[in-house]
Amino acid sequence: MAGVAGVNDFQWCFSQVKGAIDEDVAEADIISTVEFNHSGELLATGDKGGRVVIFQHEQECKNRPNLRGEYNVYSTFQSHEPEFDYLKSLEIEEKINKIRWLPQQNSAHFLLSTNDKTIKLWKIGERDKRAEGYNLKDEDGRLRDPFRITSLRVPVLMPMDLMVEASPRRVFANAHTYHINSISVNSDHQTYLSADDLRINLWHLEITDRSFNIVDIKPANMEELTEVITAAECHPNQCNVFVYSSSKGTIRLCDMRTAALCDSHTKFFEEPEDPSSRSFFSEIISSISDVKFSHSGRYMMTRDYLSVKVWDLNMENRPVETYQVHEYLRSKLCSLYENDCIFDKFECCWNGSDSAIMTGSYNNFFRMFDRNTRKDITLEASRESSKPRATLKPRKVSTGGKRKKDEISVDSLDFNKKILHTAWHPKENVIAVAATNNLYIFQDKIN
Amino acid sequence: MFPKGTKRKFSDSREEPVAGGEDVNQSSLAAVRMLSSYSLQRQSLLDMSLIKLQLCHMLVEPNLCRSVLIANTVRQIQEEMTQDGTWQIMTQALSAANAAAQCSADRLVATEVLCRQTEAAQGEQVPKPFPVVGSEGCPAEEVLEEEEEAAAAEVGMTMSTVSPQAPTSYLPGTFGMDPCWEEEETGEDDDDDDEEEEEDSEECGSGSEGEERERDSLVEDTRTAEQVFGTFEIKNPAPSPDPALEELFSDVDASYYDLDTVLTGMQSVPKMGPYDLLESLSSHGPSPLSSSTSCRSDLNELDHIMEIIVGS
Repeated sequence: MAGVAGVNDFQWCFSQVKGAIDEDVAEADIISTVEFNHSGELLATGDKGGRVVIFQHEQECKNRPNLRGEYNVYSTFQSHEPEFDYLKSLEIEEKINKIRWLPQQNSAHFLLSTNDKTIKLWKIGERDKRAEGYNLKDEDGRLRDPFRITSLRVPVLMPMDLMVEASPRRVFANAHTYHINSISVNSDHQTYLSADDLRINLWHLEITDRSFNIVDIKPANMEELTEVITAAECHPNQCNVFVYSSSKGTIRLCDMRTAALCDSHTKFFEEPEDPSSRSFFSEIISSISDVKFSHSGRYMMTRDYLSVKVWDLNMENRPVETYQVHEYLRSKLCSLYENDCIFDKFECCWNGSDSAIMTGSYNNFFRMFDRNTRKDITLEASRESSKPRATLKPRKVSTGGKRKKDEISVDSLDFNKKILHTAWHPKENVIAVAATNNLYIFQDKIN
Repeated sequence: MFPKGTKRKFSDSREEPVAGGEDVNQSSLAAVRMLSSYSLQRQSLLDMSLIKLQLCHMLVEPNLCRSVLIANTVRQIQEEMTQDGTWQIMTQALSAANAAAQCSADRLVATEVLCRQTEAAQGEQVPKPFPVVGSEGCPAEEVLEEEEEAAAAEVGMTMSTVSPQAPTSYLPGTFGMDPCWEEEETGEDDDDDDEEEEEDSEECGSGSEGEERERDSLVEDTRTAEQVFGTFEIKNPAPSPDPALEELFSDVDASYYDLDTVLTGMQSVPKMGPYDLLESLSSHGPSPLSSSTSCRSDLNELDHIMEIIVGS
């Protein structure tokens, strides 16, 4: 992993794109979550149709050592189905909101996937051997006539074509009245938390019929509701610590050792508002859409509508770093409110060494920020720049005045092409970017 | 305060003939115009927000975060309008308009119910003229929780206690605040009567314009509350035990799909049907940035839901 090299020293190249090319995108194919596993060998995506597709990194070609292997489909399965809540007469969407991998403990892989109401633990296992020579049934499965069995034999394991099976091992249901927005596996590898708009529950991976409620911000009178939980995450090494963010731009860090119900926080992170930029949209754009701890556990990053902020866990009154993602949208907030884009929930992610962060924007642009050099770059995930190993050209949005060549003006941005989900390989410079129904994989050119 | 460049300044497009060359008069007129421009912008934002909240209830499973954020925005606007005194004007105008069409007894009942509500709310720091409409859709979830714990009898109870709060807090004039419509300070030093009259008429002109639209939007507000309440009723029909409350709502038209009235609050829009509303939303405002695709996706969702209902 390049230590000193900055974001602009990377040469991001197109590697692959997954998904259909049609202009007419089926709603069900829209990717709703992207996640690398802990080794980076597997890359999982969830879509609005409730399906999970897992890609596996192929072994690198021995012939072409400069080329990293590709990601190919490893397993596809239907994780969630649409349901109907008869009591409320409401449909429960099958859209996968989040996927989180469990750390690998044996040859099988485990992941948690969730829709609005139900979390499922899936086991993805390989089968490359088959038992042959059963006594009681034929090779095609038909039962043998017991009177015809004259001898006893021991079944033998014979090799077969590799088969990847995904099976649901646990279903964690009926614990959330509101829509689940986050799940996070604890560092103890035994528990995980799930958060909806008003509550956070702690589960044990083995126990499905109950969970502990650890945060509840539902007011006694729903009319007094002014704030909701928007994201939550467990600390990467302290199994008693977790954070949750709110729609008012605040983050609360809680310690599960202090009380059974963590309604009172241990730390409260909020940046004081800049009175000069106050508007009717101030609260909406301050709403945090994603919170992620750094791999080190020392920092956390939050994404609000216009910026990404890095917080030192030891300093609550302001972030240590703020990066503007698309400040040129500040003057367009009213229009963005009108067309609902102001409510888009962008995610953000760290690279493996915590030296760089990445987040998405509109027009299929995504942004990377180098924390050391303070440089940033804007790249585009598009079919046009999708030639094999083609280096991505930095993009620029012109903020008024003269528009230079190759720049794009704010009014020409396509607000339907939004990159909400991105993921960075935990060890290498490989990134996955979800653009509507397409998954782009970019790699850093190895020199 | 309002982000610059977001909307065309209303004052830019008008040319006002000014008598004489009185600079003070001109600057005060400009100030008044700017104030009315700001209040028009604020009004249109309020209208837009209320429409969004209503659409929340037309779709399946409203996104609670979005509803809360929109409701907070509406509350913020209303608080500001209350401080201006604009809210009082609007609500007084509305109650005057409604009083003409209603028998006074209903009003008295309403006031009584409101007074009870207000007494309960005295302890709170900030008056809440607007309940969180988005989360009003969530009483169903409260109902769910109640049912999980107790018998179904509680459902009816929860409903009747929740229901009156929604619309009654809408009805104006009883928040324990003195109606305080103050003459807006325009920095006018000159005591010339003519100029004052001009200012006043200017204020009244823009005031009544805004007032008219504000009144319509309050009609819209009442309908919003009624639609919330109405939707709730449809899902869980339970007879209201209180006859006074029934009288209270008897006059309000509970026609859920009467979007014509909803649209009166918006800038001169021709009559349209419900789906047209969705499509036209994106065309309002100064510089629409995208097509109505997001509205179309709402539309698709609606169709999808209809298919499910028809299919089952």
